[in-house]
Amino acid sequence: MTGKQPKVLISIETEAELLAHAHAIEQDALERYRMLADQMEAHNNPVLAELFRELASHEEKHAAEILSRAGNIALPDLRPSEFKWPGVDSPESAELDLAHYKMTPWHALQMALRAEQRAFAFFDHVVNSAGDPNLKAWAEEFRDEEAEHVELVERLLEKYPEPEPGWDEDDDLPALQD
Amino acid sequence: MNAPVSLKASDYKSDLKPVWCPGCGDYHVLLAVTKALAELQRPAHDIAVISGIGCSSRIPAYLNAYGFHGVHGRALPLGTGLKVARPELTVLVAGGDGDGFSIGGNHFLHACRRNIDITYLVMDNQVYGMTKGQPSPTTAPDWDSALSPGGTGLRPFHPLVIALASGANFVARTFSGDIKGTTQTLVEAIRHPGFSFVEVLSPCVTFRPEQREWKSAVHAAPVTPTDDPARAARRIMTDDGFNTGILFRGTRDPYSLARSDTVADMTAFERPFEL
Ligand SMILES: Cc1ncc(C[n+]2csc(CCOP(=O)(O)OP(=O)(O)O)c2C)c(N)n1
Ligand code: SF4
Repeated sequence: MTGKQPKVLISIETEAELLAHAHAIEQDALERYRMLADQMEAHNNPVLAELFRELASHEEKHAAEILSRAGNIALPDLRPSEFKWPGVDSPESAELDLAHYKMTPWHALQMALRAEQRAFAFFDHVVNSAGDPNLKAWAEEFRDEEAEHVELVERLLEKYPEPEPGWDEDDDLPALQD
Repeated sequence: MNAPVSLKASDYKSDLKPVWCPGCGDYHVLLAVTKALAELQRPAHDIAVISGIGCSSRIPAYLNAYGFHGVHGRALPLGTGLKVARPELTVLVAGGDGDGFSIGGNHFLHACRRNIDITYLVMDNQVYGMTKGQPSPTTAPDWDSALSPGGTGLRPFHPLVIALASGANFVARTFSGDIKGTTQTLVEAIRHPGFSFVEVLSPCVTFRPEQREWKSAVHAAPVTPTDDPARAARRIMTDDGFNTGILFRGTRDPYSLARSDTVADMTAFERPFEL
C-alpha cells in the first residue's frame, strides 16, 4: 500500500477552509498516534508506545503552529461530513488496521511515511486546483512543509532496516487452536 | 461560513483506553461512532449505547454517553426497553455476530419485527473473538480451526436477509476500515425512523488474520437504496457478502407507545408485586 489516496475531486474554496482542513489534518494525526501509543502500552510494546507518543508530539506542535499562523482568520467549525477528504479518513492519520502488537519502529515509520505522503498529496491537489493566489500560497506552504516531513521520516527510516520475516511470530500465542 | 459546531468527535470518547488487539476493526468502528454522533450534534446525555458481551460489546465503555454493558445476547431487549421508556433518547445497540445472532438470535428477529426506533450495529468478524476463536453463525462452513476441524459444515446465517424478512426498516452493510462510509451510514441509520440494522464487517486480526484482506474485497453496492423489500432481498441474496452501502430504506411507521400508556398509575401497577 502506498501513501496515495483515491482521486476524488475536492475543491477547497477559501483560506479559512484550507486552514481548518490543515489544522484538522494535524489534530487527527495527533489523536491517531496517541491512540496507537495507548494500544502499544496496553500490549506491552513500550518502545513503540514511546515512538508513537513522539510522533504525536510533533503533530501537536504542527497543529498549534497552524492556529497561531491563522492569526485573525476565523476557522470555520466543520462537521465530520464537511471535511473534503479524498479518501476514507483524514489524510495524515496513520492506518489503524496495520497496527500489530509486535510491530517494530520500521513498521511505525512506514505508517508515518505514508501518512505524510497522503498529506503532501492533499495540499498538492489544492495548489493545483486553487484559483485564488492567497489560497494557492497557503497550500504551497503546507505542501512544502509536508515534503520536509516526508524527507525527515525517510531519513529516520535509514536507521531502521526492514525486519526479517517472522517478526510477528509469538511463542505464547493467544489462540487456543494453535 | 458554517454554523458553529460545539461538539467534536473526540468529545464522545471516554477516558478509558480500549484493550482491543492492535489492528482490530473495532477501533475503526469506535472512531466512526464518535464522528457520527458529532455529525448529529446530539449531546452525550441524550444518547445511550447498549451492548451484550464480547470484544465488540466493550464499545459503550469507550464512549462518552450513557452506556450499559449488558448480558450476553440481551442487548436488544435492553435497548428496546430503554427506548420504550425513554423515547426521547437516541438508542444505539452494539455488539458482535455471536452476541447478536447466536445467543441473541431470537431477540434480533423480534427487534426487527417490532420496528422500534433504535439503531443496531453489529461488528461482524465471523468468529467469537472474546472467547478465543470459536465459529459463529456467520462463519463460513469450511473455516478450518482446531476448535472446528474441517469447518462446521453449516450454512451461515445471513443477517441482512433475515433483518429484511423480519421487518427491519433500514438495512446496510459497511466495512470498518471505511471510516467515512461507516460514519455516513450510521448517521443515516440513526436518523431513519424505526429499527435500523447496520452490519459492519470488522476484522478480528487475532483469530481471523486473513480478514486483514477484507479491505481489498469490499466494494460499494452499485445501486441506490430501495424501499421495496423484495428487490432489496434479491440484491442481498445474490451479492458476494462484500457489497457495502444502504441496501434497504423502508417506509414502515415505527412502533410507538402513546406517552399516556407509560405513565399509568405506577402505584396500582406495582401493588401485586409488593413484598
Ligand atoms: C450466557 C453466556 N454464554 C456464553 C458466554 C461466553 N461468551 C462471551 S463473549 C462470547 C461470544 C463473543 O462473540 P461475538 O459476540 O461475536 O463478539 P466478538 O468478541 O467477536 O466481538 C461468548 C460465547 C457468556 N459470557 N455468557
Ligand atoms: S480478539 Fe479479535 S475481535 Fe477481539 S479485540 Fe482481538 S482482534 Fe478484536
